[in-house]
Amino acid sequence: MTATRTETEEAVARTEKELLDAADPVGSSRSERLSALVQQHGALAVLVIVSAVASLSFDSFATGDNLSNMATSSAFLAVVALGMTFVIITGGIDLSVGSLFALGGVLAAWGSQYGTLVALLLPMAVCGLIGVVNGLLIARSRLAPFIVTLAAMLGARGLMLSLTDEGADTYLVAKGSFLAELGQGTTLGLGNPVWITLVLFVAGAVVLRRSRFGQHVYAVGGNEDAAALMGAPVARTKIIVYTLSGVLAGLAGALNAAWLASGVTILGNGMELEAISAVVIGGTLLTGGLGYVSGSLVGVLLLKVIQNVINQIGSLDSSYQQVVSGAFLAVVVIAQTWLGRRRQLL
Amino acid sequence: MAEAAIRPAGLDRARVLQWMQTYGVYAGVAVLLVVNVAVTPHFLSAENFRTQAVQVAPVIIVALGMALAIGTEGIDLSVGAVMALAASVTALYLGYGLVPALLTVAVFAAVVGLANGALVAWVGVQPIVATLALMVGGRGIALVLLPQLKDLHNPALASLGSGDVLGIPYLIVIAAALALLVAFVIRRTTFGRQLLAIGDNRAAAKLAGLPVRRVLMLVYVACALLAAVAGVLATARLQASDPTSLGNLMELSAITAVVVGGTPLSGGRVNIAGTVAGAVLIQLLTATLIKHDLPPSWTQIAQAIVIVLAVYAARGRGKR
Repeated sequence: MTATRTETEEAVARTEKELLDAADPVGSSRSERLSALVQQHGALAVLVIVSAVASLSFDSFATGDNLSNMATSSAFLAVVALGMTFVIITGGIDLSVGSLFALGGVLAAWGSQYGTLVALLLPMAVCGLIGVVNGLLIARSRLAPFIVTLAAMLGARGLMLSLTDEGADTYLVAKGSFLAELGQGTTLGLGNPVWITLVLFVAGAVVLRRSRFGQHVYAVGGNEDAAALMGAPVARTKIIVYTLSGVLAGLAGALNAAWLASGVTILGNGMELEAISAVVIGGTLLTGGLGYVSGSLVGVLLLKVIQNVINQIGSLDSSYQQVVSGAFLAVVVIAQTWLGRRRQLL
Repeated sequence: MAEAAIRPAGLDRARVLQWMQTYGVYAGVAVLLVVNVAVTPHFLSAENFRTQAVQVAPVIIVALGMALAIGTEGIDLSVGAVMALAASVTALYLGYGLVPALLTVAVFAAVVGLANGALVAWVGVQPIVATLALMVGGRGIALVLLPQLKDLHNPALASLGSGDVLGIPYLIVIAAALALLVAFVIRRTTFGRQLLAIGDNRAAAKLAGLPVRRVLMLVYVACALLAAVAGVLATARLQASDPTSLGNLMELSAITAVVVGGTPLSGGRVNIAGTVAGAVLIQLLTATLIKHDLPPSWTQIAQAIVIVLAVYAARGRGKR
């Protein structure tokens, strides 16, 4: 009897420590801290180096126009990657975001005839609802996130295509709508989508780092059973992160439609891969339990800078962009695994 | 109590789900065949069967490799990219003859497979991430090698794509032969047993002294080679190399075929007959919807529903 109780107490103490470790990824020993530092800020260092080299090599890189264009085109992917960061920290994955991005764009463009509020809320509601279904299937029915969101990816694109008569109808954002102003206007020299993205990221970072929900997200990804033992609402947390991912993907699509002044049906193909790449490059572990919102922003910028550099070279075919992104992802994943293994050993 | 008494003993939920998982795919195929025979004009023609079978053959071949990867509790997202790569390399080397071109394709595919396998087996990266890198990079390489669609005029390749033996197209003969081969390897060879043991419990397999890394490497090489075969056959059928769109979403179709066919994503079991039936089921579903003038978007929604149903049926089976 006593032995059992001690074992239970030990188990609780152990899970408590794991939860604390999950909530505070910076370890105690020096080399552990170094690994964590590389993991967290490695992408930022690479971003700085690549940008510095690019601005020295190409006169057209560090111009205001080019930077501001890059910032705006990064904004949409960044909003998607923000939701993906939450999902991946819980140890899940969301493959449906590309389809939801396209669906959100079409819904926003169609909804703009009924006012800007409808244009923004409709895609967030519909895509959020698909996120709820994803979350329910994953959390309550315990189906693999990969497969559930794969199905949602097919289903959401199918829904979008049937709404647009198999992609034949293009919905234009209503003339004179505030939505177009929101997407195309600038504030203090930066496009409005960039400001919206920045606000969302600050909010995301605060929620992840400072709120009880944020702690639950880390705990669920760190060790689901331990989190449940500690009384964290595992299922609810999962449902919320997939909903959040859906809402943000829909919002990103709406902002993109506002920027383009139309809902483009072919958008979002492969976007889930870009978003996952950005999150992973930014130092979030695909095994869950560890991750940074700021890292994902850096990851998105890095992908876009690489893309821009390849465009600047001009003579290089744009296919090289995929080769470089793939190689980059492989290098980052190998480095992450290596750093992670070192930290486990220490 | 009353409810339990009313319900027939053989029909409790677990047994229904288990039956669905094992035989659901065959039942699905049978239902679709019956429905089509009843309501689709010209369904029962040799021409139609030939078209459907030739279309499904590459999917079956890719799904065979995917089944091996899933059997080890892995996954291979790079199969579509490997198909595109195979198409590009075929187009580039066809000038030297069909056989040298095919050998070069095999070398390229083996390199991709080795890279995937090394990341999974040696570096210890999760399969979904390891193969994601080559999914992105592989199509890039295919497009760098051959930036756009190229028509191929090669009699040997043409006969591979449209020829037949005793009235059965080569594509179907090859797909059937490969399915038998993979089923044999899984059931009757040491390698097959080791593969399933690793999928069942990798740590235990390692403790038992199985060559875990070597088996994983071979699985991803086999998966890439099978995808390359599918890429070459699809290219032969189209008489054109199309690195931009060949194999797009093929990883999804292959995973769907495997899962719908009753192979659990948690590894340790592989159902090859079910995988073939799974591919046929998706093909029939698509064909049925298209023949009745339902828009392609419905196909995607239907496929999504089939995936969720299949995984739901497989839920809780196998290990956690």
